[in-house]
Amino acid sequence: MTARDRLRAIFGIEDPIIFPIPESSPELDLRHGVILYLEGISVSFDGFKAIDDLNLYIDDGELRCVIGPNGAGKTTMMDIITGKTKPDSGSAWFGGTIDLLQMDEPGIAEAGIGRKFQKPTVFEELIVHSNLELAMAGNKAAWPTFLARLDDGQKDRINETLKLINLESLTKTKAGSLSHGQKQWLEIGMLLMQNPKLLLIDEPVAGMTQQEMERTAELLTSLAGSHSVVVVEHDMDFIRSIARKVSVLHQGRILAEGTMDEVQNNQQVIEVYLGEYPC
Amino acid sequence: MKKTERRTCRLLPPLVLLLLVLFPGNCHAALDDGFAEGIALLASKSFAQKTEGAEKIAGSGDKRTDKVLRAFLDGQLYFTKEGQVLVYGVPGSDGLQVTDALIETPLGIMSADQLNKITINNQLRGQLKTLLARLSLRSADPAVRLAGVREMFADITPETAKVFDDLRQTEKDDRVREALLTALALAGVRSADLAERKKGLVTLAESLDPEVRNELTRLIGEEKDKTLLQEAKRSLGKIEAKLSWYAKLETVFFGLSLGSVLVLAAIGLAITFGVIGVINMAHGELIMIGAYTTYVMQLLLPDALGVALALSVPVAFVVAALVGIAIERSVIRFLYGRPLETLLATFGLSLILQQAVRSIFSPLNRSVATPAWMSGSIAINPVLSLTINRVTIFVFAMLVFAGLFLLLKKSSLGLQVRAVSQNRAMARAMGVRASRVDALTFGLGSGIAGIAGVALSQLTNVGPNLGQSYIVDSFMVVVFGGVGNLWGTLVGGLVLGVANKFLEPWSGAVLAKIVILVFIILFIQKRPQGLFPQRGRAAE
Amino acid sequence: MTHIARILKDDRPGAALLIMLLAASAVVPFCNLALAEGNPLHLPTYSMTLWGKYLCYALLAVSVDLIWGYLGILSLGHGAFFALGGYAMGMYLMRQIGGRGVYGNPVLPDFMVFLNWKELPWFWHGFQWFWFAALMVVAVPSALAFVFGRFAFRSRVTGVYLSIITQALTYALLLAFFRNEMGFGGNNGLTDFKDILGFSLQEDATRAGLFALSALALAAGYLACRLITASRLGMACTAIRDQESRLRFVGYRVENIKLWVFTFSAALAGIAGALYVPQVGIINPTEFSPLNSIEIVIMVAVGGRASLYGAVAGAILVNAAKSWLTVAFPDAWLFGLGALFVFVTLFLPYGVVGLIRKKGKRS
Repeated sequence: MTARDRLRAIFGIEDPIIFPIPESSPELDLRHGVILYLEGISVSFDGFKAIDDLNLYIDDGELRCVIGPNGAGKTTMMDIITGKTKPDSGSAWFGGTIDLLQMDEPGIAEAGIGRKFQKPTVFEELIVHSNLELAMAGNKAAWPTFLARLDDGQKDRINETLKLINLESLTKTKAGSLSHGQKQWLEIGMLLMQNPKLLLIDEPVAGMTQQEMERTAELLTSLAGSHSVVVVEHDMDFIRSIARKVSVLHQGRILAEGTMDEVQNNQQVIEVYLGEYPC
Repeated sequence: MKKTERRTCRLLPPLVLLLLVLFPGNCHAALDDGFAEGIALLASKSFAQKTEGAEKIAGSGDKRTDKVLRAFLDGQLYFTKEGQVLVYGVPGSDGLQVTDALIETPLGIMSADQLNKITINNQLRGQLKTLLARLSLRSADPAVRLAGVREMFADITPETAKVFDDLRQTEKDDRVREALLTALALAGVRSADLAERKKGLVTLAESLDPEVRNELTRLIGEEKDKTLLQEAKRSLGKIEAKLSWYAKLETVFFGLSLGSVLVLAAIGLAITFGVIGVINMAHGELIMIGAYTTYVMQLLLPDALGVALALSVPVAFVVAALVGIAIERSVIRFLYGRPLETLLATFGLSLILQQAVRSIFSPLNRSVATPAWMSGSIAINPVLSLTINRVTIFVFAMLVFAGLFLLLKKSSLGLQVRAVSQNRAMARAMGVRASRVDALTFGLGSGIAGIAGVALSQLTNVGPNLGQSYIVDSFMVVVFGGVGNLWGTLVGGLVLGVANKFLEPWSGAVLAKIVILVFIILFIQKRPQGLFPQRGRAAE
Repeated sequence: MTHIARILKDDRPGAALLIMLLAASAVVPFCNLALAEGNPLHLPTYSMTLWGKYLCYALLAVSVDLIWGYLGILSLGHGAFFALGGYAMGMYLMRQIGGRGVYGNPVLPDFMVFLNWKELPWFWHGFQWFWFAALMVVAVPSALAFVFGRFAFRSRVTGVYLSIITQALTYALLLAFFRNEMGFGGNNGLTDFKDILGFSLQEDATRAGLFALSALALAAGYLACRLITASRLGMACTAIRDQESRLRFVGYRVENIKLWVFTFSAALAGIAGALYVPQVGIINPTEFSPLNSIEIVIMVAVGGRASLYGAVAGAILVNAAKSWLTVAFPDAWLFGLGALFVFVTLFLPYGVVGLIRKKGKRS
């Protein structure tokens, strides 16, 4: 059974057109099979080294999990990739040709990197439907946005996403009045509408039930392949359920990389976690 | 009864004078022949005799010489018609305030027709000036000697030059000696001898006196000798370079003065904005309250303006702080987390405070007196002098800054304030009563605004609009320096003050303001966090 | 058209407002011009002009609501754009006086003759033509807003910082326009206007025309703003107001959106100013005073922000109160205005409109 078929089974979507080929910058060069290069990145805040000579490579179509204790620099790493924070040194490339450090946040988003925040951030005063409409890929300059009207295909896409994130009955509800878990789903939905080539997902399952976690796991694994996905998560069971390759971040650098089992048996990793996750 | 008394008084002086003239040296130690003879000559109608009289007086060495000659020069020396007594007559509202010149006792008010004025012509005036200047050269006070030398720059003669040369040997005070040298050089430049002229020119290049510049400019117009002309131009150039240097120094001084006012005005805002994240648009009005407190204090203590001013500092602090706390408790605390609403509400409060002041004190400006110890200026050299009130305010601002800095760094209140400003929820969890800290912080910031008002009252008129004109500037300082950073406010305020004063001469005050504004907008573009940014996650 | 109809269906109060404005633009001039003075329905010219003024303020308030209520930019300097539009119109009206001024100079306005100027400054050229002035009414405020916004938004100046900088902007312009050398009449400003497009400003018919124009301009401005807020751009604006940085990660260039909406709002303010000046007969630098700009904000706050029609209601309420108070209790006006600021922010965060909505929900 392909990922898409599984998805169809779980979510009950008949026509899985919700993941069209991601719209990304035509400049994106994937000839080397690597979609993200972070090399020698360092950044410090008031003398505290949040990221220290970080090297990380994400392959095209890969699903990568990043774990690490609090303060390891996971969120800062995402901030750097999405342009929120500029590193003191190092380089960050999207594919072979796009220098992320030369771009601002919308530019990076436009190039094809989407992000879900640790704390779910949705547009609280807007209704659920508007949140999705706003996130939808397309020309996002002022004038075209003013003129934009939803065509039938776009309406279908929004409806399908609504079905997928299980918010069909709440389309006209203000996002601010959703529960924490619902906001998580809405943000994932926005990410799907944005349809980026590379998805950065920060703690997706916090506040979700066991069942919802399973659905999220399914969704993420089915996205991989056509998309590249980087997931930061604390929940080890969740990681285990989706992980193919895991990177352990500690004190701003990569401590270990490999399969879940390899990582869990790594002596250094065990020390860092102080037996918190004994094997 | 009174009348007779008066008459005796009036009759007495001529008698004394007569006695003194008849028995010189016997009953008045300081009086010698020259003084009395000179005074007698002043009664003459002939200017030649009057001149002779003045010279005699000047040569007498009497203590009263200076005063008499100066009154003569000012046209305030008279003989009474009745009794021919020499008197000073100072014009008052209902006649002349007359004082006996010899025994220095007041004689009451007299009308002009009871007196004969000792008239004076231009030639005599010139001679009197020279006499007075020479007199002052012998004074014990170096400042008087210096003024005397300067006075004689304009008309220096070969014989005065000789006197100066002698004086130079014995003069102890550096600045007087320098002035004497300048005078000699001036004499040299005016002499017919080429070598003398050249020597003079070289010395003159060191002087900053305006008279010297005039002389050099005149010389350049007249000098025939080529080398000398060049020398004169070189000297003038040297002087001009020095002058522009001192002019720059003066601009820096004015800039620092303005900057210190900005720091005073902004620092309270920096505290409230940095700690509570609240823009208090009524901050300017708290400054205004401080200024009006000074005004009221001076009304209460009209005889001790200096004491009133000194007392105003603590009183203004308390008054403004109380108003500030009242504002915080009644309005602002309900609006935390809604900065734009706070801005509007405090703006409304500022309107109310302004209108209240208009209703209580009238819409007109009030002037606050500057006590004697703060007026006047310190002359560094002939072209640079610093007004004492500005120097005082600068020092005061630095003291306030230092005090505040220590308070925030060392006291437990300071610790709590910093804790709340960095992480409100955490501080609360640690047992800091955040709302009390908010109120106190707000009171502190407001109190400092009040103190700023006291300082401002010494520089400008006190009026209902006083605060308004400072709020935008203060905010610019806070933004420029970096929010939540006291050093930033200090440096930002001083830099903006100096920049403003440097821009003013070539762009005018209004354009300077606009230029500064544009600069700050551009600056924020480059460094959104100000001069001294707070970095890290907390800054988001 | 169907698009507009659909939007107005969701905006009942707005639709009612538009109908009222269209009706007023016909009925009010009729009551003033066609009905005799004794008629109980006759409307005196004074009242009509007063209402015309209110409508100009209402348009200005709508422009402020667009950027404050929807975009989250609290402009404390929108009076500057209003005044610039007013000055552009004033310059046209000044040139129209021609030789009828006190000094009778056919080209130079009176104040220039008074200042002993010999030539018209370069920036006064072209204002003899109405079309040029009309262009400038929109172009000058827009250009200023564009340049200002470009700097301010690109440097990500937001919130209270931005508010204070807008205030500084209008304050700087206030100082500049007070100077005689600027060539805009110094502190006296521009006044003694005679006629507009050949119609005498003293005529009731001209006044009625200006009133009708103000009503129509307000209607058009309202509709334009509503079209923006109802579009996806409007959603983006709301998103910017609440979660500016998040919207960047979705791919919107926040600063560009802000820039365009801000510039549009400034243009509206300029038009309001241009309609205001011929009705009050004077424009002077006090229009730039920060207090004026803040009064507009309070109009919006009183009416209820983020509703557009609330801004219209607020403008009319506050100005009517001002007209009454400044005559009845001249000293009390600033007390009243100050108290209004405090009261509205503390107790009526959504203004009168919010109050009515709440009541409606409860019953």
